[in-house]
Amino acid sequence: MSLAGHPVDLAPLTARGQASFARRARWSLPEIAFWLIAVATVFLLPSKHLILTEITILGLFALSLDLILGYAGIVSLGHAAFFGFGAYVAGLLAKYGIVKEPVLALVVSGLAATVLGFVTSFLVLRGSDLTRLMVTLGVALVLREIANQLDITGGADGLQGIVMEPVLGHFAFDIFGKTAYVYSLITLFILFVLARRIVNSPFGLSLRSVHDNPLRASAIGIHVNGRLVAIYTVAAGYAGIAGALLTQSTQFASLSVLDFERSADVLLMLIIGGTGYLYGGLIGAILFKLVQDYLASVTPQYWQFWLGLALVMMIMFGRFYGAIIAAVIFGVCTVLQLNFLHSILVTIALVLVLGIARPRILPFTANITERANSLQRSIRARLGRKAGAANASGA
Amino acid sequence: MPPALETKGLEKSFGGIVATDNVSLAVQKGARHALIGPNGAGKTTLINLLTGVLRPSAGRIFLDGRDITGLQPHQRVGLGIARTFQINQLFAKLTPLETIGLAVSERMELGRQWWRLTGSKAIVIEESVEILSRFNLADVMTDPTATLPYGKQRLLEIALAIACRPHVLLLDEPAAGVPEAERHGILDAVAALPSDVTVLLIEHDMDIVFSFADRISVLVNGALFVEGAPDAVAADPRVKAVYLGEEAHA
Repeated sequence: MSLAGHPVDLAPLTARGQASFARRARWSLPEIAFWLIAVATVFLLPSKHLILTEITILGLFALSLDLILGYAGIVSLGHAAFFGFGAYVAGLLAKYGIVKEPVLALVVSGLAATVLGFVTSFLVLRGSDLTRLMVTLGVALVLREIANQLDITGGADGLQGIVMEPVLGHFAFDIFGKTAYVYSLITLFILFVLARRIVNSPFGLSLRSVHDNPLRASAIGIHVNGRLVAIYTVAAGYAGIAGALLTQSTQFASLSVLDFERSADVLLMLIIGGTGYLYGGLIGAILFKLVQDYLASVTPQYWQFWLGLALVMMIMFGRFYGAIIAAVIFGVCTVLQLNFLHSILVTIALVLVLGIARPRILPFTANITERANSLQRSIRARLGRKAGAANASGA
Repeated sequence: MPPALETKGLEKSFGGIVATDNVSLAVQKGARHALIGPNGAGKTTLINLLTGVLRPSAGRIFLDGRDITGLQPHQRVGLGIARTFQINQLFAKLTPLETIGLAVSERMELGRQWWRLTGSKAIVIEESVEILSRFNLADVMTDPTATLPYGKQRLLEIALAIACRPHVLLLDEPAAGVPEAERHGILDAVAALPSDVTVLLIEHDMDIVFSFADRISVLVNGALFVEGAPDAVAADPRVKAVYLGEEAHA
């Protein structure tokens, strides 16, 4: 019955509604390609396995932050608390032979971080973004100091003398890092699929509603705090597993796993890659690590200067164009073989010009984006028509 | 039979300002009860107290005879009290279908399920599209809510409360800000509410109040001033004085 009193056949609407949900959950081509490429790197880039392992672990860490920031809107400057906790637990389990098999130890470390996440989740329920930043930062600082002071964690020297048993009793960690990479990648994929399921579930939808409007979410019967506790706990477990992977693959855990810088870096990675679609953390980790690695090899003394420039440009001109502009400035300075002082002067001059010209540049870039979007739409429409025709002829 | 919704000696003060002053209100089952009063009379504060957004300084609230004063907002929804907001409180990034689906699956206690894909329970989708089509929202159900025209958003505001299948529905100025051309759509939706749902309507527009309500309470300075049938309230010289007084000030 509609308001006007006409009976309406709801079956087609129901089908349309179900289809719209199904579309959201379906694996798209770029997604499948992403994972195929990841698998290909195992075989095609054997000399890069160490950095790929690191990227995989950071990607998992950023993915866990996306679960709370991108989906529930909880900002954190202390996500390293869970990463570091998992890292130390994994180290202690291996060093003292409590749990020798790595996969089981990984699960135990993840569970330990999950418990820590559950306990500390109640601290982030109240207050504004600012209080959340302070509280999360505080928890990470406290944990770092505990690790620094305790004898069992090795203090400032870190946890040394960790020897890893073979994964599942069969696959020994090798010096080329192949086992570590495959092991990390499989762990990431399993946890990614689980996260994907969670965010596409009714629970995940309710998280998005809580993020969007907590007042209304509670007014339709959603227990807002319960949802926040749940996702914060899960995300802590994810971060703990990432930390444990780092310890297991490097056979070492130091205070750096709990550093403020680690929390800040993971936030940067996620923001570079974009929040709220799960791949942002992974893409951000890849870009962050590759750019960092490249810049550190080209300009070892001041690579952070370029990273900082990229971030500022991305804020000023959007993620995509900002990155391009920063890359162009870097390219100009590199091609001209300028020294550090000249690079700074040229960059500052260019940034000033760009800043002043920003009102003119933004419509220009918006125009390009609009054209790219309409091109994409027309290609998609053409593909859709072909697929539709194929389906029709098939039926 | 206890009233559907009742307050006893309800009070709320912010600092020194008394926003709700000893309000004892009874809304009978199935009633179309309107709450009117000049600006700043404390109407929205009262709604916030009834739904648990605010905690009263004193007094009790009863839903179907059950004391709900200490319950959280989401618990009260579960017991059958839902509201709309004077200023749209929607999920801008979600679609109307997702929005209504949320409320429906929450009511069916499916909202915590994390292992199942959304849309995989046909019963949720069926009920959601039924509600959407009843409120003339089916054509825009897969568009982001933020892109909907204001009138449609206003309808979604009411549809969302209905999706909670309340026994008691609190409507906070449902037609506020709706352009004249789209107004009848909102009023039709309000008039078509199921008759077994008890409605407490807050409204400024006297045409709507007198065409809809079978009982009217007047709130002035946080306190209940007059209560009665529409004719009696309309004829009451004190009510006239309050409204005329307000106009004289304005």
